[in-house]
Amino acid sequence: MTLAAAAAHSGFLSPTGVEIAFVLVGIATLGAALVTVTTKQLVHAVLWLVVALGGLAVEYLLLTAEFIAWVQVLIYVGSVVVLLLFGLMLTKAPIGRSPDADSGNRWAALAVAAASAGALVWVVVDAFRTTWINLDGPAQGSTEATGSFLFRHWVLPFEALSVLLLAALVGAIVLSRKRGKEQS
Amino acid sequence: MTTTTLAVLVPLLPFLGAAAGLLLCPPVSRHRPETGLRALLFAPGFVRPLAVLPTLLATVLAAVVAARQGGGRAIDAATQLTPTGSVPIDLALHLDGFAVLVAVLVGLVASCVQIYSTAYLRDDPRYPSYAALVSLFTSAMLLVVYSGDLMVLLVGWEIMGICSYFLVGHYWETPEARAASLKAFLVTKLGDVPFLIGLFALAADTGTFRITGILAAVANGGLDHPTLIALLLLAGVAGKSAQFPLHTWLPDAMAGPTPVSALIHAATMVAAGIYFVARLLPVFAQSGAALVVLAVMAAITMIGSGLAALAQDDIKRVLAYSTIGQLGYMAGALAVGDRGAAVFHLLSHGAFKAVLFLAAGVVIHAAGTNSLAAMSRMGGLTKRIPDAYWTMTVALLALAAIPPFAGFFSKEAVLVAAEHTALGDRHVAPAAAGWTVLVAGLLAAVLTAAYATRLWLLAFRGRGAEAPDHGRQPVAMTAVLWVLAVPTIAFGLTVGAITDWFDGHGLTPTVTTAVLSTGVGLIGGLVTYGAWRHTSALAARTTVGTVVAHPDAEPALIEAQAMTAHTAAYGADGDAPDPADPGRLLLGPLHHHAAAGFHLDALYTALFVRPVQAAASLVRFLDREVVDTYVRGSGAVARGLGTAVRRAQTGNVQTYLSALLAGSLVLAIAAVVFANVNAGS
Amino acid sequence: MHLAYPAVLAALLFCTGLYGVLARRNAILVLMSVELMLNAVNLNLVAFDVWLRDTLHAGQALTLFTIAISAAEIGIGLAIVLAVYRNRGSSDVDRLRDTAETDAAEALPDDESGTEDQATAAAGKAKKAEATA
Repeated sequence: MTLAAAAAHSGFLSPTGVEIAFVLVGIATLGAALVTVTTKQLVHAVLWLVVALGGLAVEYLLLTAEFIAWVQVLIYVGSVVVLLLFGLMLTKAPIGRSPDADSGNRWAALAVAAASAGALVWVVVDAFRTTWINLDGPAQGSTEATGSFLFRHWVLPFEALSVLLLAALVGAIVLSRKRGKEQS
Repeated sequence: MTTTTLAVLVPLLPFLGAAAGLLLCPPVSRHRPETGLRALLFAPGFVRPLAVLPTLLATVLAAVVAARQGGGRAIDAATQLTPTGSVPIDLALHLDGFAVLVAVLVGLVASCVQIYSTAYLRDDPRYPSYAALVSLFTSAMLLVVYSGDLMVLLVGWEIMGICSYFLVGHYWETPEARAASLKAFLVTKLGDVPFLIGLFALAADTGTFRITGILAAVANGGLDHPTLIALLLLAGVAGKSAQFPLHTWLPDAMAGPTPVSALIHAATMVAAGIYFVARLLPVFAQSGAALVVLAVMAAITMIGSGLAALAQDDIKRVLAYSTIGQLGYMAGALAVGDRGAAVFHLLSHGAFKAVLFLAAGVVIHAAGTNSLAAMSRMGGLTKRIPDAYWTMTVALLALAAIPPFAGFFSKEAVLVAAEHTALGDRHVAPAAAGWTVLVAGLLAAVLTAAYATRLWLLAFRGRGAEAPDHGRQPVAMTAVLWVLAVPTIAFGLTVGAITDWFDGHGLTPTVTTAVLSTGVGLIGGLVTYGAWRHTSALAARTTVGTVVAHPDAEPALIEAQAMTAHTAAYGADGDAPDPADPGRLLLGPLHHHAAAGFHLDALYTALFVRPVQAAASLVRFLDREVVDTYVRGSGAVARGLGTAVRRAQTGNVQTYLSALLAGSLVLAIAAVVFANVNAGS
Repeated sequence: MHLAYPAVLAALLFCTGLYGVLARRNAILVLMSVELMLNAVNLNLVAFDVWLRDTLHAGQALTLFTIAISAAEIGIGLAIVLAVYRNRGSSDVDRLRDTAETDAAEALPDDESGTEDQATAAAGKAKKAEATA
């Protein structure tokens, strides 16, 4: 609803098909995200997160960033969500409705979030009221284009990132290792 | 060696002795035996020579200096260590006839006191520090005597003040000694403040601190405010020399050991004030008003102290009041502008008063009490201590100014000077001052003879139980009595020979005053004797007496115990409820007031002590209730704020994060709004 | 396409994630909310990259990096949550209040004898902290 209002506010009276699709998928994504952060069933929250992340992937596609869309699906929907589910299971999260899914801080959180949403939307709408994205021409995020700029201009950060991933891997192992030997 | 070198050595030797004694002074410890080098150094055999020898040597050197100076022209020597601004301060010597003679007296009395102390405080664990302080005291007095620069003189003056504080408070275990030492220090300091201002005023007027320079400036009429300066200086002199109204510290200072009393009263501290005026007499002579003030001060002091001495029960307090009275004579001589007579009396008084105090120490030791009432009920004391008996008799005769003892000649010199001034033969001082001193001097002569007789009769003519036998008194204590008895007897007879040292000014008595004063003295003595004959019959009926518990202990310990016992038995006043006391009969209704020193202490308590205490309690109240309220309030506010802030520390990360984000949100919105406002403007 | 659409969507998604981070009790749900916030940023990056037609495609490259980093973050985060859960018996963020300001007298001495004891002691301490808060 907010998005629709924002779109109406921009005074853009002849939306294209892409825009309509973007807005609709955006509403779905936002709704899924809202359910994710409000539902009392923990496992459902993860599943609604899948919907939200998938919706974002569609949005990437609509923005002609194909490769990123597939990476999103692969990494987030494929691995991160699975990891989160495992995490929930390993911490013996209750299945079904748990009345204490939200902490006592929720009203403060709501206030802060609403205020920052208002501020951000106001600023963003105010700033980009008359700005359009030109989506014509060749897709800017095709796999070919992505591979070309990634390995032409961004090789060094890419390789550095691999080191970071290795470190994270080692760190995760060290952290989650049981210290049975030390105690016995 | 030149005379100057010798004269420098005179104050320096006791000072070095004191410095060595204080530096190497062992800590007072009865439990831990000293070992090693310190034990070797502070075997008693080493401390005593260190105390006695420098003083003795200084005395010899002072005598040599006196002989070399020979009453001729004053020897002046000065060296300047460092420039001190507009008014230079020099390390200067000014050796005239007065200085060298007083130095000999100081050295002699100090040596005797040191020798006497070796026996008197033989078992005292604090003896090393005591002896060092006595040496320092002597050195300071010698510095005052020889100094030719007023600032250097002031150094010695103040060192004596602090030494008297320590020495009077030697028995600091007793409350009397603590109070007395504080009182001595504070009262003399009370006089020292105007004294210091007076010195500065004097230096401002004359442009120098050198005595010779000041005297030259005075002779040329360079003194602009003579009365103001003289009165300011007189305040300090009254404090140091125990003149009315600042004399109250001296009777209380009897709480110190007897040798210290002898040292303070005979030759050093109290003499310093008189000596100072004698040195700067031309300054005082510039102001007739100051001389009249000094004369009135001296007259009140003489008569008041004579009355008070007649009423005291403590033998040492009698002597203390007599010291005040004799100092009054000296001040009177100065008031009539005759410094020769003043210093002459100072010298002879120094000799016989030292004998009196040291003999009193022996008497207290032998009798086990310092109460005259108790001694008057004790027979055979003279047989126990013949040395003290004879020397004290001689000294009391000198005190009562009976010819041919020293006191007679010196007191005559004072009275002659007063008579000449009163009759207009001398014009240094106003005639009013002369009359005041003359009348007061004659009255005081009666009183002096009366209390001397009373002291002698009560102490040595007591009837009753035999005095306890403690064996012979130590030689160190009795020998010095005879040494000092020599000048007591013979010093007056040299009056013709020593005029060289006294500005060549004759001091021989005249027939009128001699007959007059001896006559009134004899009257005073005889009246007292009659009164004693009348009252001594009562002595057997009432028993009064305080005798200490450890009669075989060292003399100093006995004295300390005697003082405590005296206070316990009779209260803080010097009075004993003894109907057999001739002083009670003679003074009549005045006795009670005289015994309390004419309630001057009570007056001071009402005038100064109470207001100061009230002010102190007010300040305490303000500090506790007003200032501290703010302090405590700030503490409470800080604590309350801390508690409030502690509430926020819930440990819940989400709360922290909410606050953090809310804050950054506010900042971001503010930034955007201000950016818009600025862009719009 | 109007740039406001992706920008507003990203802002709203970010605030949704923010709400989740601040309001959720379970640490894993908090991590999920963090993922939402990261994705909102990613959307912004992609949208602006397409809008600016950047020759280096910095936005898309950074998006890829962000995805990789967020994957690493979720791995580490989960490992931490698991370790906390093993030690404390709970993964509720509002019960992890060891840093709370309490009176010194109330502070329990740390019991190092074993994991189980430690966990119960910590839980007890957490309860006490909750009671005082």
